[in-house]
Amino acid sequence: MATSESIGWLGVPLAIMAGAIRGSSPFLFVSVGECLTEKSGKINLGLEGTLLMGAMSAYAVSYKSGSPWLGVLAAGLAGAGLGAMHAWLAQLPRVNDIAVGIAMFIFGSGLAFFLGDPFIQPMAPPLPAIQLGNWSSLPQIQSALKISPLLVLGIILSFALYWFFQNTRWGLFIRAVGDNPAAARAQGISVVKVRTLSIMTGSFLAGLGGASLSLVYPGSWTRLVSSGQGLMAVALVIFARWDPRRCLLASLLFGGAQAVGPALQAAGVKSYYYLFNAAPYILTLGIMIFTCSPKRSLAGAPGALGTGE
Amino acid sequence: MTSTATITLTAPPGAAPEPPAGRRWRTSLESVAIPAGAMLVALLLFGIFCGLAGASPFSVYYSIYRAAFGSWYAFQNTLIRAAPIMLCALCTALPMRLGLVVIGNEGALVMGGLGTVLVGAYWVSAPHYVALTAMALAGMLAGGLWILAVGAMKIYRGVNEVISSLLMNYIAIAILNHLVNGPMHDPSSLNKPSSFPVPDANALGNIPGSRVHFGLIYGIVACLITWVLIEHTSFGFKVRMIGGNLRAARIAGLPVGKISLLVCFLGGAAAGLAGMAEIAAVQGCANESLAAGYGYAGILVAFVGRQHGLGVLLVAILLGGILASGGMLQRQNHLSDATVLVFQGLVFLVILYSESLYGRFKFFQERTHGHQ
Repeated sequence: MATSESIGWLGVPLAIMAGAIRGSSPFLFVSVGECLTEKSGKINLGLEGTLLMGAMSAYAVSYKSGSPWLGVLAAGLAGAGLGAMHAWLAQLPRVNDIAVGIAMFIFGSGLAFFLGDPFIQPMAPPLPAIQLGNWSSLPQIQSALKISPLLVLGIILSFALYWFFQNTRWGLFIRAVGDNPAAARAQGISVVKVRTLSIMTGSFLAGLGGASLSLVYPGSWTRLVSSGQGLMAVALVIFARWDPRRCLLASLLFGGAQAVGPALQAAGVKSYYYLFNAAPYILTLGIMIFTCSPKRSLAGAPGALGTGE
Repeated sequence: MTSTATITLTAPPGAAPEPPAGRRWRTSLESVAIPAGAMLVALLLFGIFCGLAGASPFSVYYSIYRAAFGSWYAFQNTLIRAAPIMLCALCTALPMRLGLVVIGNEGALVMGGLGTVLVGAYWVSAPHYVALTAMALAGMLAGGLWILAVGAMKIYRGVNEVISSLLMNYIAIAILNHLVNGPMHDPSSLNKPSSFPVPDANALGNIPGSRVHFGLIYGIVACLITWVLIEHTSFGFKVRMIGGNLRAARIAGLPVGKISLLVCFLGGAAAGLAGMAEIAAVQGCANESLAAGYGYAGILVAFVGRQHGLGVLLVAILLGGILASGGMLQRQNHLSDATVLVFQGLVFLVILYSESLYGRFKFFQERTHGHQ
């Protein structure tokens, strides 16, 4: 990032903004997916494995078929497959959904690494970008405003999901099952069906998040392609108070915060680089400490979450 | 919840009434047969997986057996890996008995390692055993306070412990990276930024006659202490009471907050001790290798070992064996090193699935009619 010296300190907010646009897609997809999952009353802590599986599948299929969009679809399907396993196991009696999530995290990343080894070297066709920065002559602004079509899709999804929760029958079913499964069952709603579909769809979305890692940014498949975005999904959803629209806000914030350290480093601030990397986590923790209360559960939290019901 | 206390509470309706003592072999058999059966199913599934990947399943089984348990030399590799896992598992297992799901093992291990380096690398003039004791105490204190903070956030602010401990993992790793690249940086570590090394005089030695470091003894002792403390003392009874029914425990006048904080501290101290052993016996200095995934493995071991001191001990050795077989699978069967992760994931998924099978087989139900 030697170029940011030419525009001096202005490069820092610009780099953060660019980071938010570039780095927020995986956060957005996993958090919207986790939001849908948790709304139905179960936690999926295994989305890191789903994300890696999605990234690997997208890259492999894009390389083999030459079509990045087919890769995106494959990523979603791979995610949904892992989601089906999680949905089945996490709903068994006496089986803890957090433990299943961690086992799925290990299994999913193992599977992705195992199957992905042959695809570390070759170059797969990436997704095309939408160029919105041509009005500016600054190369920094031009590269910052390269929008991935997946980000656009994610933004539409986050609003659509909010509308879906508020205005549709199925949205109501999911909220009912998440808040009080016993009452939902009494209403004749199939709790297992609603949860299975919610978890699978949520994992499908997390798979798309993986595609945005390997086909957009960083834009290649390695074992280090994800920096824990999948594990952070659970924290983002709390940050967003189980509102998909606020997942967008949280994702932009986390994506931007990821860029703070490198941006400051480029501007000449060398110390505390690694502590800045922890900024989003410290921020989330701080917000939770200030907004939680031992006397009531968080506003917006589904009632059955973490109860094992 | 999978703690043994709640299992009896949630026994399926229509389960046989409690049989007289001495005739409970069927239930005992169940608690051995189900995990053993799950293990066999996991091996079968893994064999199919390896078969699909083009390796002979039987050759793979033999490799795992040989690399993990086949010889004393191999078994020592297993034990070296099992030591940090069992200590990390206690960091989840202990708070779990209170009903708290703490997954901050990795962070507590890292903080414990940093505490150890702080003492071990800078206090070089102390006599060997004084230095080692101080390092162990520093590691336990650092790890313990780290998880104590998780407990305090839960008790005083109602912050969900799953999320807070997960976030604390990332914060701990950031602190580690900051320290080994900044204030603690050893300029001679070029490829991999590391802290100043713990001098050999302060290193944790091996158990006489073996290549296994004393961390294993720490782990075994910690598991035994956990077992006695939780299952056989009145303090443990209070802990299980809080985990079983929080409201009842409050009404009975138990100091829920204090007990919870203490148990969180003990759990974190165990993981911190794992960090101490990793630094003082294996790594020699702090760097990013400290966060090698033992923490996440420990979470699973805690669940699979049913948060029981002895269960954790056994499952940790099993997992140590699985991890130890990675190199052999790579060399002998030409499988990717990620195969071990797949196997680990499969074993745990099947064992977690098997939790739902208790009480499902008629054969394991006690028959009371002949007795009455």
